[in-house]
Amino acid sequence: MIAFVIRRLVQSVFVMLAVAFVAFALFNYVGDPINNIVGQDTSLEDRERLRQELGLNDPFPVQFARFVGNAVRGEFGMSYQHARPVSHVILERLPATLELSFVAAALALLIGVPMGIYTGLHRHSALSQVFLTVSLIGVSLPTFLIGILLILIFAVLLGWLPSFGRGTTIAFGWWTTGLLTKEGIRALILPAVTLCLFQMTLIMRLVRAEMLEVLRTDYIKFARARGLPDRIVNFGHALKNTLVPVITITGLQLGSVIAFAVVTETVFSWPGVGLMFIQAVTAVDIPVMAAYLVLVAFFFVVINLVVDLLYYIVDPRLRIERAGAAHVG
Amino acid sequence: MSVDSVAAGASGKEAVRRPASKRRWRDSDLWWSFTRSKLTVVSAVVTAVIVVSALLAPVIAPYDPTDLSSLSLLDAMIPPAWEADGSWSHPFGTDDQGRDMLSAILYGARISLVVGAASVVLAMLLGVALGLVAGYFGGWLDTVIMRLADVQLSFPAILIALLIDGVAKTALPRDLQSSAAIAVVIGAIALSYWVHFARTVRGSTLVERGKEYVQAAYVTGVHPLAIMLRHVLPNVLGPVLVIATINLAQAILTEATLSFLGLGVPATQPSLGTLIRIGNNFLFSGEWWIAMFPGATLALLALAVNLLGDWLRDALNPKLR
Repeated sequence: MIAFVIRRLVQSVFVMLAVAFVAFALFNYVGDPINNIVGQDTSLEDRERLRQELGLNDPFPVQFARFVGNAVRGEFGMSYQHARPVSHVILERLPATLELSFVAAALALLIGVPMGIYTGLHRHSALSQVFLTVSLIGVSLPTFLIGILLILIFAVLLGWLPSFGRGTTIAFGWWTTGLLTKEGIRALILPAVTLCLFQMTLIMRLVRAEMLEVLRTDYIKFARARGLPDRIVNFGHALKNTLVPVITITGLQLGSVIAFAVVTETVFSWPGVGLMFIQAVTAVDIPVMAAYLVLVAFFFVVINLVVDLLYYIVDPRLRIERAGAAHVG
Repeated sequence: MSVDSVAAGASGKEAVRRPASKRRWRDSDLWWSFTRSKLTVVSAVVTAVIVVSALLAPVIAPYDPTDLSSLSLLDAMIPPAWEADGSWSHPFGTDDQGRDMLSAILYGARISLVVGAASVVLAMLLGVALGLVAGYFGGWLDTVIMRLADVQLSFPAILIALLIDGVAKTALPRDLQSSAAIAVVIGAIALSYWVHFARTVRGSTLVERGKEYVQAAYVTGVHPLAIMLRHVLPNVLGPVLVIATINLAQAILTEATLSFLGLGVPATQPSLGTLIRIGNNFLFSGEWWIAMFPGATLALLALAVNLLGDWLRDALNPKLR
């Protein structure tokens, strides 16, 4: 167990270093950093002095180490576009993205699991066929198209919901939330639904497949033979055993929710870090791009690590297998 | 030439036992399961129609959307033909510059398909090569390649494509940016999809490597490269085709997403994603057709290719997933 944790930790550190290296290379070798800072009429001597002061003449490992050290403390320099420290820009926008992602993930879980149970238990009912067809369309439609469709229907044609921004937000220190105001929640509905649709179909299909698998096993047949009511067999015996993979996949999917948030935020002009990244790419705002790169990698590494560890804790079989494999290897 | 002659010799010898190739095809499980599933036949037809009409775009499109001189602002924002102000000279209406939407969609689908196919082929070449090398040689090469694959697999492909694309766009000198844009998109998508190919090929290569025909080739002193390409490769290609089909739909959607975000192909050569991006600006003023027709085409194409991929997976290899 400890060896496993250490191996995963080392792997995570390597991933982070690799991503930091890309970000660093972007930072230092795309264009001339000095040109990005000073104006055109700065003399060569001044440029050289600035170069020396910023440590741009230092050997490569020293510069990279300094970059990593700053990144660990959350310092990525000034944003060219906003003329403010990158960390401030990110902190200001992070709550919007996290709120959207968590609401979408929760929605996907709350709707996807019951749909999966239903389609697993009633394989041939008409409603199941409807769910499965809808889910197939949900997988095939790209996220941005779903967003545009929802805007067209609910914002343009019906005029029920706003189609851009976060509505009114309330600030708690640096954290702003839209969950406590009516406008904030109304503004959240369309983006959250757009973002959750893909995950929801995925969870539904997963729960359905797992349910079908479990319902075929001997212990379910035995439970039925004992005359236990359907409710207990279905939920007490079957559902419980489908949940381990569901937890894992949902955890891992949280990462892709954050990834797809980039698209959703662009469609709905949601002021989160994803939209910030797209704007940074368009404006060649390299410090912001580098920071986003590192931030997203960090999210993913943490999520994967936590899910791996959870899996290890939740599923006792894995522990035995790993231990066995370790002895053989 | 030796490959061809060997193959010809082999088939010549076996011609006595084997039925003619046409009958073999019609008797095959594949054809049987294809005709059995109506949905598959329909999606094959839909895919074929879109692909053929997209490839023939210069011939069948009523207008040339790249020809700026043929555009007239007087024709701008004409709604589709069945709406009150529409006319059958522009069945799907026109955009803000008077561009015929039907023609734009045909040309756009062409770019989407070409970019999607090219990036899948590139991903396939990369993945198969790395998978073969990793599986055949093993050792530290295997470890490095597969660790890389593991790490990459823990990030969603769309995010990797987005990051590679964004970084490459910024890193390129400005004058190269628009001319190299399509190549950058293809590369970014290919680099985010090679992992599935590499893992599958590595797995089957490990199995094939232990078989006697490979050992025989090795003992007779055939060069490792020749063993990999001539003996192992043909035997590991089956699942690769399935993955390629499934990834084609994904690649087309990824390209559309990148283009929609403004990071994909340049506006001078609009793909379906770019058209949707442009149309999105006019959603609120009521010109829904500019975004919706390219969107519907994209969705239809992706759905049909997805269904084909699903069928091919089940028909060829029920245990792939």
